[in-house]
Amino acid sequence: MTLVFGLVTGVFFGAFLQQAEAIRFERQVGAMRLIDMTIVKFMLTTIVVGSIGIYLLSDLGVVSFAPRSLSLGLQIVGGLLFGVGWAIIGYCPGTSIGALAEGRYHVVWPIIGMLLGGIVFALLYPAIQTYLAPIGAFGSVSVQSLLGISHWFVIAALAIGAFFLFRFFERKGL
Amino acid sequence: MKITSQARPYVYGALSGLLLTASVGIAGQFFGTSTTFPRAATGVLQILGFDLSGWQFAQVRDGALTGIAFPNWQLLFVIGIGVGSFVAARITRTFKAESLPQMWVERFGDRKGKRIAYSIVGGVIAMIGARMAGGCPSGHGVSGVSQLGVSSLIALAMFFVGGVVTARILYRGGTA
Repeated sequence: MTLVFGLVTGVFFGAFLQQAEAIRFERQVGAMRLIDMTIVKFMLTTIVVGSIGIYLLSDLGVVSFAPRSLSLGLQIVGGLLFGVGWAIIGYCPGTSIGALAEGRYHVVWPIIGMLLGGIVFALLYPAIQTYLAPIGAFGSVSVQSLLGISHWFVIAALAIGAFFLFRFFERKGL
Repeated sequence: MKITSQARPYVYGALSGLLLTASVGIAGQFFGTSTTFPRAATGVLQILGFDLSGWQFAQVRDGALTGIAFPNWQLLFVIGIGVGSFVAARITRTFKAESLPQMWVERFGDRKGKRIAYSIVGGVIAMIGARMAGGCPSGHGVSGVSQLGVSSLIALAMFFVGGVVTARILYRGGTA
């Protein structure tokens, strides 16, 4: 059943990404060139709605979750590396599959690169865990626990921030 | 129902937020895609007869990071993204066979070999980075930031810092 849920969820997400044009090379690289903010609008809207949804479920006691562990070493170095690669290939792992399915056959090369990258990562894994992971490692930390405030204040701040950012984008025609 | 092009990213972004909520509520699964790549790649090596048992990576949680974990929720989610995108593209007649990205050609020309070389190198860097950071724009970006995780906020910010600086260097002086 888990597999069926995975497939159905993926089908909807793929259709939404495709219809928002978020899987296109021009939209992805356009965001990084600061000329087209489509993917930022898509992502931030998903995050605002998603955070309200999952924290409602959490408050109702339906689900419980903890954010991914914090390691400044891993997230800063890994995040920067990902950004460099992302700008070169113009796709992220999820959108690459969607782009292939809408006919952008050239994405097969980035996909092969990412598969090779998976093997290189596996080989580097022991060194990464030994030397990089312990730098600034704090376990699972959420914004609200760090600031000592309700998660709803954080979500409200996120929503208000997103609203003004969107207004700025629309005024500038980005 | 007609959705203006200006409203599109917001409408489909909001629907994706509802979809994430439903997925977490019903299946207990957050979105994520990047772990599937090392799993698929190591899975292929295993099928080809390579012995990975000496790799520390293959020993983590009894091989949970390798192809042994298949089939799982995330693999089907990734396949689903392809299916959904294909169906949506066909229905709306936006399926377009393309051999090189337009924006790339405008900046770097239409030599295939150059794009392939950049794609492989960029893909390797992107995947090492995503797995090192512990997620990609879907896992850290959407799922992680929705959980208000500090790690995910930092990762997402770094994705864009690395991306904007690199795009600036790559497309310097270009027009599109």
